[in-house]
Amino acid sequence: MPDNFERDDEHTLIDQLRRGCPRAAESFVRENAGWMMTVARRYVTDRALAEDCVQDAFLSAFTNIDRFEGRSSLRSWLHQIVVNAALMKFRTLRRHDPRPIDDLLPALDAYGVRVEAPWHQIATPAEILEREDMRRLVMKKIDELPDDYRIVLLLRDIEELSTNEVAGLLGLTEGNVKVRLHRARTALKKLVEPLLRKEFGS
Amino acid sequence: MTGQPRRIVRFLKATMMRYVPGMITCAEFDDFIVSYLDGTLPQKERRLFEFHIRYCRECREYLSAYRRTVELEKAAFRQVEAELPESVPEDLIQAILKAREPRP
Repeated sequence: MPDNFERDDEHTLIDQLRRGCPRAAESFVRENAGWMMTVARRYVTDRALAEDCVQDAFLSAFTNIDRFEGRSSLRSWLHQIVVNAALMKFRTLRRHDPRPIDDLLPALDAYGVRVEAPWHQIATPAEILEREDMRRLVMKKIDELPDDYRIVLLLRDIEELSTNEVAGLLGLTEGNVKVRLHRARTALKKLVEPLLRKEFGS
Repeated sequence: MTGQPRRIVRFLKATMMRYVPGMITCAEFDDFIVSYLDGTLPQKERRLFEFHIRYCRECREYLSAYRRTVELEKAAFRQVEAELPESVPEDLIQAILKAREPRP
């Protein structure tokens, strides 16, 4: 029953953290700081600022560990905290939107019928991401999305938060989150279309 | 098929989507797509959505490319982040532990 063992371990760890055991605190930080940095850097590219987010997140975790109810795993609780910290930092940094989204939105003609050039074949993610320069290119295209859209895309698709959770984090309605997610994905589709289109004989 | 005949086809398609019962327009298709992929679209709307894919070539191909885009985006993050795991500087760890200490 590895599941039970893990849960017992987690209970013990939480107890120790609540009692302020320094060794538990240290291993807790060492074990989680790495992936938390990865999460923070999705929102805050600057390394030093991302480190600040991780530090803020841990302090908030230590302060609030008494209130952790164990309804989720410790890891997903920490995940929420670091996403929150990164979003707060992100709001203070807000960059200039690098490009408008208007020409990337779903395209319908004057009759309201979708405009979509015929697809012959679509490349799979594995085929595209085989090459290192393509991996970088896809990440760059995601980064080109305007902030309001990119954030929703990250929170829903990469952090895998629910529409409801994202709505709460950003102070939007659920309907609004869905519209933004849809627009972000459509815009990204347009930006990566040259990579997805597999022409015959190439 | 270009020019006039193509415009007529699109006009007829638009009229059909708007007025024939059980059909939805491409704009309504856009409204449903996120919930459809989340699996939260109610059964009635899901049937309308799936029927639309069958008669609208554009939306069918659009949906495939849209799905692939989401897969591509997720896979790119997974791969790039796995390749470059973040190293955590020792002084960050010490700073975090130190900031915790003064708490009684």
